[in-house]
Amino acid sequence: MNAAVWDVDVARRLQHGERRFELDVRFVSDRRQVVLFGPSGAGKSQTLQLVAGFAAPDRGRVRVGVRTLVDTATGTHVPARDRRLGYVFQDYALFPHLTVAQNIAFGLDTGWRNPSRAQDHPRVRHWLQNFDLAPLAHLHPEQLSGGQRQRTALARALAPGPAALLLDEPFAALDTALRARLRDELADLLADLSLPMVLITHDDADVRRLGQAVFTLGDGRVLPAS
Amino acid sequence: MTDAWIPLLLTLKVAGWATALNLVFGVGTGWLLARRRFPGRDLLDALLTLPMVMPPTVLGYYLLVLLGRHGPLGRWLQATFGIQLIFTWQGAVIAATVVAFPLVFKAARAAFESVDPQLERAARVLGLREWAVFLRVTLPLAWRGILAGLLLAFARATGEFGATLMVAGSIPGKTQTLSVAVYEAVQAGQDSVADFLVLVTSVTCIAVLLAAGRLVPGRVANPS
Repeated sequence: MNAAVWDVDVARRLQHGERRFELDVRFVSDRRQVVLFGPSGAGKSQTLQLVAGFAAPDRGRVRVGVRTLVDTATGTHVPARDRRLGYVFQDYALFPHLTVAQNIAFGLDTGWRNPSRAQDHPRVRHWLQNFDLAPLAHLHPEQLSGGQRQRTALARALAPGPAALLLDEPFAALDTALRARLRDELADLLADLSLPMVLITHDDADVRRLGQAVFTLGDGRVLPAS
Repeated sequence: MTDAWIPLLLTLKVAGWATALNLVFGVGTGWLLARRRFPGRDLLDALLTLPMVMPPTVLGYYLLVLLGRHGPLGRWLQATFGIQLIFTWQGAVIAATVVAFPLVFKAARAAFESVDPQLERAARVLGLREWAVFLRVTLPLAWRGILAGLLLAFARATGEFGATLMVAGSIPGKTQTLSVAVYEAVQAGQDSVADFLVLVTSVTCIAVLLAAGRLVPGRVANPS
């Protein structure tokens, strides 16, 4: 039997004024590429945020390979900064005050100063080349097209060499043709790097192209496979 | 006429110190109220905004009661450090700081709230500690709004009258700031002195407001 790559079992109660939402998501997979599929409001984003460590579960655990990131039973809670996860946000969340190259270099040095405009780190160069971003290295995010932003966000997440990748609807903001191309690029990249990932989406095409294991979420729970 | 430079320099010194102190306290509390949830947050916000709406003389009276010879803080400062704040230029700094505080605090809070928390999360997941997130993401995106608030606070501190007079008095060359000197000059019938002081004060305030106005639009860093 293969060891599980992803072992997630998290519960959290959320209260937004009158609205209450109970999240209780459980999935175990020995495949690297997991897709969480479901309509908006199903709890996909919440689940991904608990895996990333932006919030703590009321109860449960998250394991990636042999690493335990959070486990309420043993009181383990690794802070987000120490989880070594690459996170690609739905709106990319690129730093607007930094250039493309500075954005990609951001996680390489975790000290108190931002990377300089003149920095020329080999890993930054590598990802600029790899994603055809080199001519754009000194532009700011607002000057980029949607696809270029998406690649910058992905490069920024990959540059520090994360142990796994979390992707929050990474293609949702793009038009259909571009979406298909970037989806192919991501699939190749993940295969090259043998990098575990969890991708959340409400797009069937993402599931078909990227999901080695697929879990469907509805109303805060994983629905039984049909 | 050269005597007019003395209150001007004193005013700039007092306003400069008050602005520097508000940089620390105003920005600190602004961040706290923008980014942290705790009980009594709304009450604290109201209390910290109070100096903006209360008459400066009332604030001055509070400070006098607190810092005076028989006040709890004043007695402690005197006994521990031998410091006496009433009727000193340092007392004028305290008065100007309190009066101008809400301008920095409000501007800083709004500036911090305008920074998308998603960007801070992005920085955290890339391995940054909280203080690095603040220095590398939050502050660079909020500094324009904060600077605008600081300039307004500087202008407000320059024009401070009521609380300063209550706390520091009007000792020529020692605690007599521009606005107090204007009042004294008019009272003494020295119209030419008053004219000059008013002109200097007006020019200073207009310059500061122009600088602040340039910073306010496009509060979030927009490099292009």
